[in-house]
Amino acid sequence: MEKVKIGTIWLDACSGCHMSMLDMDERLLELSERIEMVYGPLVDYKTIPENVDVFLVSGSVSTDKEMDYVKKIRENTKIVASFGDCAVTGNLPSMRNPVGTRDILQEVYSQEGNPCSQLPGMSEDTPLPRLLKRARPVHEVIEVDQFIQGCPPHADLIHLIVSELLEGRTPRRGIRTMFG
Amino acid sequence: MVAHLNRKRRDPVRTRRKVKTLKINGLDVSGTDEQTILEVARENDISIPTLCTLEGLSNIGACRICLVEVEGARRLLPACATLIDEGMVVKTKTPRVVEYRRKLVELLFAEKNHYCAVCVSNGHCELQQLAEDLGVDHIRYPYVYPELNVDATHAELGVDHNRCVLCQRCVRVCDELEGAHTWDMMDRGENTRVVTDMHQNWGESKTCTECGKCVQVCPTGALFKKGSAVGELEKETEFLPYLKVMREEQ
Ligand code: SF4
Ligand code: FES
Repeated sequence: MEKVKIGTIWLDACSGCHMSMLDMDERLLELSERIEMVYGPLVDYKTIPENVDVFLVSGSVSTDKEMDYVKKIRENTKIVASFGDCAVTGNLPSMRNPVGTRDILQEVYSQEGNPCSQLPGMSEDTPLPRLLKRARPVHEVIEVDQFIQGCPPHADLIHLIVSELLEGRTPRRGIRTMFG
Repeated sequence: MVAHLNRKRRDPVRTRRKVKTLKINGLDVSGTDEQTILEVARENDISIPTLCTLEGLSNIGACRICLVEVEGARRLLPACATLIDEGMVVKTKTPRVVEYRRKLVELLFAEKNHYCAVCVSNGHCELQQLAEDLGVDHIRYPYVYPELNVDATHAELGVDHNRCVLCQRCVRVCDELEGAHTWDMMDRGENTRVVTDMHQNWGESKTCTECGKCVQVCPTGALFKKGSAVGELEKETEFLPYLKVMREEQ
């Protein structure tokens, strides 16, 4: 049987979703026989690969670079899943939204007593990714086929949904999990 | 044919109750003419999701989560604020009402800033529970992200307007059971807020008796006890109906 190609990525997030993925423990071994990891924090691959079957996107879309990533992911992937609450609702990264980009950078980087006077990503020629006006849930930017809730999602839930996706099913609304 | 609100109940001169029979989801049920669709449904183990209504408080039909279809009525009607009537045919689970309820819950999430992961009520929140019950897996509307404040001027209690769903339970419990009427509403539309006294700081309120009932009835983490950590605040509302009966007997 041909292996199902899976990619994972973490955008504006804390890495907790990926830690929770590791909590699948020995079930990972079972899964590894059926999947091929083509992209992810532990895969040394620089660009979003083509012809991916399932992509788990964790984190909200907060910078121009992340915007490019998710668009590319959508182009190259059959089933895109919002993975964890930052991807599903915007969650903690979106706490900056009511405040505004400049104000939040100012607050964090140039408080009194802080020697750093520059606001990262604000100048024209910066090599750094620039913050978008708002941190956004993934489905506001690209079409999303599956939502995996939780901060972080429970390992059992990840296992359940990934197993369904491997069978080619997108179990929307069939699974009860806490929202938000 | 459809009578709204249970005003009758407050009438001190009790007229004789009349029994009415009706159908809910095809089931023949009955109740008295003082009962709402919601009450009769609950007596018959038919569950209808609710948010603003709470046993022991008056019904004001603020949230519309309990909408049901009633044959012959053009609009959907709030089960908590509609009295039963003879021959009524009520449906509580049609695709139309289920979709409306989902939309309402999604709009509640979209219009304020509910950062559940860092909320004192995470996991014990009635809004989260509704979303789960209704199968909400993402919010289809763009989030508004309004700039809202937190009033932490009271020594022990606080209000975070980011989490308020405007159910007015706090307003009702403070008025109807505590008799203080510290809470009220101000402004309208998207600017609607709950306020203490005449929009003064809670900590400086002359009327607040510090009883804490408002915190207990608040369905989200909007009203909280200071010092509670994430997910730590569990609220208790069971005391309300008893308190109501006791007050009435006095
Ligand atoms: S503060 Fe709580 S109880 Fe009061 S209106 Fe808002 S959500 Fe309802
Ligand atoms: S519960 Fe009936 S309108 Fe809120």
